[in-house]
Amino acid sequence: MSDMTYRDAINLALKEEMRRDPNVVIFGEDVALYEGSFKVTRGLLSEFGEERVRDCPISENTIVGVAVGAAMGGLRPVPELMTVNFALLAMDQIVNHMAKVRYMFGGQTVLPMVIRMPGGGGSQLGAQHSQSLETYFMHCPGLRVAYPATPADAKGLLKTAIRDDNPVIFLEHEILYNSKGYVPDDPEFLVPFGKAAILREGSDVTIVGYGRMSILALQAAAELEKAGISCEVIDLRTLNPLDEESFISSAQRTGRAVIVEECWRTGGLGGDLASRISERCFDRLLAPVKRVSGLDVPMPYSRKIEKICIPQVNTIVQAVHDLYSEKY
Amino acid sequence: MADELKELLSDEDLLRFYEQMVLSREFEESCAEQYTKGHITGFLHLYSGQEAVAVGTIAGVEKEDYVLSAYRDHAQAIVRGADPKEVMAELFGKASGMCKGKGGSMHLFNRENNFMGGYAIVGGQFPIAVGLAYASRMRGENRISVCFFGDGAINQGTWHESLNWARVWELPVLFICENNFYGIGTGVQRASALSSLHRRTCGYDIPSEQVDGMDVIAMYKAVHRAAAWVRERQRPYFIEALTYRFRGHSMADPAKYRPSAEQEVWRSRDPIPAFAKRLIEAGITDDGKLKEIRDRCATEVEEAVRFAEESPWPEDSAVWEDIYV
Ligand SMILES: Cc1ncc(C[n+]2csc(CCOP(=O)(O)OP(=O)(O)O)c2C)c(N)n1
Repeated sequence: MSDMTYRDAINLALKEEMRRDPNVVIFGEDVALYEGSFKVTRGLLSEFGEERVRDCPISENTIVGVAVGAAMGGLRPVPELMTVNFALLAMDQIVNHMAKVRYMFGGQTVLPMVIRMPGGGGSQLGAQHSQSLETYFMHCPGLRVAYPATPADAKGLLKTAIRDDNPVIFLEHEILYNSKGYVPDDPEFLVPFGKAAILREGSDVTIVGYGRMSILALQAAAELEKAGISCEVIDLRTLNPLDEESFISSAQRTGRAVIVEECWRTGGLGGDLASRISERCFDRLLAPVKRVSGLDVPMPYSRKIEKICIPQVNTIVQAVHDLYSEKY
Repeated sequence: MADELKELLSDEDLLRFYEQMVLSREFEESCAEQYTKGHITGFLHLYSGQEAVAVGTIAGVEKEDYVLSAYRDHAQAIVRGADPKEVMAELFGKASGMCKGKGGSMHLFNRENNFMGGYAIVGGQFPIAVGLAYASRMRGENRISVCFFGDGAINQGTWHESLNWARVWELPVLFICENNFYGIGTGVQRASALSSLHRRTCGYDIPSEQVDGMDVIAMYKAVHRAAAWVRERQRPYFIEALTYRFRGHSMADPAKYRPSAEQEVWRSRDPIPAFAKRLIEAGITDDGKLKEIRDRCATEVEEAVRFAEESPWPEDSAVWEDIYV
């Protein structure tokens, strides 16, 4: 066991799975010679060669479509889209093809493929490069969606994704790449899909997060502890399958829930989670379910105003306080 | 050679070419410094080395023509007439910036000069350029759309779709491909079935040519001729400018994938000293006058930096503005 970054944990998962299974191939823009624009694919070309690690033209829709064909043909492709923003160019292949092929052909084929893509906001990249589109993928049946928050989960979830016979959308947060944590060395270390992690136990409030939002929620919980509020922090890990029992049973216990989502509030995944909690915990809730969301605006470039648009530790802390101060 | 320059353009125009190239270079090198100091953040893609393409192209078209670009857009906006102060303030994220601090380096826009935007999604600008050309033809305006893009963008679906469309609808679009041989770290011959990119237009029956993008006069002549052709025939045309970026793809890229011998060859073809030499040989100017120009540009860029530094940040409420009319 050792401490490593989220970036290196993903890199290690790729290496281990490529060593284990010769059908695993990687392609994407600048993934080979350049070793990935976020350097996640470092060392792969030199270890596995050009047949298995390939650079692509800037053609996102075709990158995904080729992966669909390759997966149907017996490979286990793990294409990289340079960032989630460019997945929008590939939405046709993702939503109309990748998510549908198995179903519309009556289960006659499997699609063991994983699209890795970094995303999220907070690096002053402007409206076209700072999007949190997790809800788009979560909304579409036929896809699996994973979004690790910690280096260990990054490794374990990616390995599960690669071994899964379903098409998986694997989201990585750009700001987490340098975050460090303990990661098991065991090449058989897998984190199952559909099982949320309780990052912190607590008795007063349930905070539900995913990806980077879980990390912010943890920091908020530490702050709130000083104010005498005990928060349970749940990291969803996978948005599909969704571990509903994890946050429902927690909210039933605490009676208060806050959902932290980086995506836009309107139509965001938090609305869905809040409705599940309301349906199943109505008689136990001491306050309405609260959401802390990205603002409903395209991301501005200027660092001064970008901050306001993304949930921060203090906005989460404030949301929890609101649960107590508002008169219900 | 000397006579050719004088026949082609007035001394004033020629010196303006020089000045615009120097201003662009000064601006970009100053951006690099501001980035290192943390005043400019996010992605910063510099244009140093490619100045002759922007200057020659923009001089070859009319003021009412539309110009579109990608994320490597500062120099093009400035050459097109944008105020360097407003561009620098935008890069700093200040309220006085060209897009009020909301766009940043990759998304410049300047209505006054018909600079219709820098777009950070590779290939995003192609259909928009076609749409602008369609609008100008429908409205009986005599404008063409000039669309800048890189060699990497040519592999995007929108490129193929837009070229086909522009030809079928007979729309006045002038495509300017800046072939600097790399899309981030991927060499053009590894990403394109034909590395002589202008030949790819034959599938769309669009005439094309290859031009030396390190030679501002060659660019100007080709674009001037092509723009007239596009305007008259109301049809698309394609120019592939061979050029080179002296720096990495962005400030985050140390550019180790490019052999140093290759870089040296292209640096020795730097468009700015090459043009200075030509101007002097043609007796149009002398060292002293060129130095005055360089000093003037340096001062202008310093002023732009000062303006950006001293400008206020946007108000928090600005995030809610400009989403809907
Ligand atoms: C749709 C999309 N895919 C990928 C990217 C990431 N990206 C930014 S620039 C770039 C390379 C583009 O190269 P080229 O078109 O040759 O332009 P140059 O940088 O050489 O000016 C890539 C892949 C992007 N911005 N948009």
